[in-house]
Amino acid sequence: MNSVAWTRRRRAFGRFWAAYRAEKAGMAGLVVLVVAVGMAVTAPLFIDESVTSVVNGTGERLAPPSLDDPLGTDESGRSILLMIWWGARTSLLIGFLAALLSMVIGTVFGISAGHFRGWLGAVLMRITDWFLVLPSLVTALVLAAILGGSTWTIIIAIGVTSWASTARLIRAQTLAVEARPYIERSTALGAGHWHITTRHVLPNVAPLLLASTTLEVASAIVTESTLAFLGVSANKTSWGTMLRASYDWGAATSGAWWYILVPGLCIVTVVMAFTLCGRALEKVLNPRLRRAAA
Amino acid sequence: MSLLEARDLRVEFASRGRRARAVDGVNLAVGAGEIVALVGESGCGKTTLARTLLGLERPTAGTVLYDGKPMSYRARDLKGYRREVQLVLQDPTGSLNPRHTVYEAVAEGPRIHGLPDEERVVADALARAGLRPPERFFLRYPHELSGGQRQRVVIAGALALDPKVLVADEPVASLDASVRGEILALLLRLRDDLGLSALVVTHDLGLAWNIADRVAVMYLGRIVESGTVEQVLTAPRHPYTQALLSVLPESPERVVLSGEPPDPTRIPGGCRFHPRCQTLASGAADEVATRCRTEPLTILPASPDPNVACHYALARQPP
Amino acid sequence: MSLLELDDVSVTYRIADGDVPAVRGVSLSLAAGEALGVVGESGSGKSTLAMSLLRLLPRDAQVTGRIMLDGEDVLAMKWGRLRAVRWAEASIVFQGAQHGLNPVQRIGDQVAEPLLVHGLATSDKARSRVTELLSQVGLPAWRARSYPHELSGGQRQRVMIAMALACSPRLIVADEPTTALDVMVQAQVLTLIRDLVAAQDIALLMISHDLSVLADVCDRLAVMYAGRVVEAGPSYDVFHDAAHPYSRALAAAFPTVGDPASRRAPRGLGGDPPDPMDLPPGCAFQPRCPVAVDECATEDVLLRPAGERRTAACVHVGVPAEETTR
Repeated sequence: MNSVAWTRRRRAFGRFWAAYRAEKAGMAGLVVLVVAVGMAVTAPLFIDESVTSVVNGTGERLAPPSLDDPLGTDESGRSILLMIWWGARTSLLIGFLAALLSMVIGTVFGISAGHFRGWLGAVLMRITDWFLVLPSLVTALVLAAILGGSTWTIIIAIGVTSWASTARLIRAQTLAVEARPYIERSTALGAGHWHITTRHVLPNVAPLLLASTTLEVASAIVTESTLAFLGVSANKTSWGTMLRASYDWGAATSGAWWYILVPGLCIVTVVMAFTLCGRALEKVLNPRLRRAAA
Repeated sequence: MSLLEARDLRVEFASRGRRARAVDGVNLAVGAGEIVALVGESGCGKTTLARTLLGLERPTAGTVLYDGKPMSYRARDLKGYRREVQLVLQDPTGSLNPRHTVYEAVAEGPRIHGLPDEERVVADALARAGLRPPERFFLRYPHELSGGQRQRVVIAGALALDPKVLVADEPVASLDASVRGEILALLLRLRDDLGLSALVVTHDLGLAWNIADRVAVMYLGRIVESGTVEQVLTAPRHPYTQALLSVLPESPERVVLSGEPPDPTRIPGGCRFHPRCQTLASGAADEVATRCRTEPLTILPASPDPNVACHYALARQPP
Repeated sequence: MSLLELDDVSVTYRIADGDVPAVRGVSLSLAAGEALGVVGESGSGKSTLAMSLLRLLPRDAQVTGRIMLDGEDVLAMKWGRLRAVRWAEASIVFQGAQHGLNPVQRIGDQVAEPLLVHGLATSDKARSRVTELLSQVGLPAWRARSYPHELSGGQRQRVMIAMALACSPRLIVADEPTTALDVMVQAQVLTLIRDLVAAQDIALLMISHDLSVLADVCDRLAVMYAGRVVEAGPSYDVFHDAAHPYSRALAAAFPTVGDPASRRAPRGLGGDPPDPMDLPPGCAFQPRCPVAVDECATEDVLLRPAGERRTAACVHVGVPAEETTR
């Protein structure tokens, strides 16, 4: 019984994959992401934290790209290439986890606000609206400054300030799903809140959520970089901190273009890749969009 | 002894700033092993009445009794109630979650109530609903089935909880005509084999003739006539019932009422049907005309005897 | 001379998974002032047939055969002529008037639209024509300023009828005009259609899944199953004394209240209407047919004479006729 169910799921995944493969932009994004994540994950096999240590700066300061240091060096002589490689771990980790946090909070609020009518739903919506209106970057800055500068506080700061738009989206979808007759049937069968929200609403909002989360990761990476640039960051090296350092050390004025361009390009590329994937996911999971484009 | 009963039931909604009296005083009883048809047009309150009997709607006044005891709306009691009284909706396509397989759809009820031996219960229910062999349907999705099969899945889902009463809201209205007979025959068979009672809400008098034992005709929140199907459908006494029967294709003389039923926020005074009543308009009811316009009728009791809420009909009754 | 004549019309949809034969070789005729009912269930092709009359099908639908409207082949018409014909000579009353009306336009403007499009009236003249049309369908003139959501289902259907009458067509195709309406409102709308059609000598082609409604309103009936006409004849005969087993089953599905034979005896067919992409060999009805014989599974059956102006496509009916029968 269960094994046949798994076969169906595998077949459904196969269909999904075939449809996704047809989206060229999405595939390009996916490839970039696989490379980036691969690099981040395999980094400890080749290098370690010491590449960020100022003491170990081996090259000359602010040297342009050469054979020894293909992407140049920074003000302490550290290899930009190795720093980028190592910094990817922080940037991507913060991006993923912040987006995950944002998604979880957003889903809980969204589904609850949509499912519970009456005063509870209204209260939840007002809270959501409040967070929606808060300038997220400023709030994240303040939060990060208060909470200190560790990786986790950055994740919390970003996650806690960016969940509101997801919540609104999920709430709208929840309302749409709950209007369907099979929800009433479920109630008539004796289902309680938990059953309806987890067995019916959640699977129906999941596609929307998935696409939304992918885009959220992109946004979180940018936010992390911005926070780092503004001086509020984890003490670990990340692409954002590198940008900050390039600013602090006057890379623009001294002509060290590699110092600005490389981290900047990395951010842009990864964010673009996530966006392309997210859009492709939306198209694949929402057949109506596919037909309109076709 | 009646199994499911509505006593003096009233259900009101706020609608556009006024109170809509969707159900405005109804006594209705469904006995064990009985099929009762609740007939009326849209807006008469029959669906609201059905949903209130299921516990999906709270009455504004009056009580719903099951097995003689008033219904309790506490969560645990409601859940227990669901095992006794189940629902079959009109649109089988909308009633099934498109992402759940047939197995999951039918197993939903047993899972919610924690019934043991789930697979056997599901197979039994599917078989009783006419989908044989049940295993063949376990992994199908609703969109792979025809309308009639989907409705059978919905019925199986209700049967899985082994209820005593089925409330069916237009169970065959969305199905092709040639498929209807099978589903109706299924309901009859369930009554004969399992002793299942049913309250069938419909606008289709032919359906009532096909499978119901008793029929209650609803107009604007009240039952205007009730009795056995033979009595009400072959010798109707209320002008509304007479008009409904007269527009059926085979009937000799057609009475097409003008206009549409007024909405439940503006219920006419006196007899609520009098503005459209063809008997009043024709002058045949002149002796009681003033009463029709000014004197409201009493709420009919739930007894199985034939009842009619009409001044004219009551005046002509032998004492 | 008949106003509308369909000669071996077939409609095939080309979709990604293959060809779907929605209509397979249908021949019908309709004289001016006559009412023909086409009854069928899902997959019978009746709505496709209705849409094909004015070439309103999507581009992936291939239509073959001849559709002669007042002597002209609709399928061969040039675009300009077709546009002139649409609505001015033949109009359609669509089903489900909630979607047939533009929710952000007033009723009066929508009823006037065909008049203006066909240049039959200026804006001022149009207003008086709209009032005239609304009164013909039993709506007061002030309703012209209402929006669709302010009207009930029955009233919206009347507006659809008024729109269909706007350009004084000679043929009206009514596609499920009373589905989703209550029985009393349905009776009102059907009476209205019948009276208007008779008064203005318009030919009526009514499509429905409700055989009893059609039997009442129409002079002749054609029963469709799996894209073919399986029976045709005077409506009384087809309804009460059907020759084809499918028509018999359909008629039995609408019991006569008061008839003891149908009391507690609902009659229906097992199985489901066939999927047009997956038609069985031989007679399409054979899998569900209560009186099928061996040859039904292998030999397809075409219409054959079954009495006075009647035809039916069943082996049990008479002997095969040659070529086209009506």
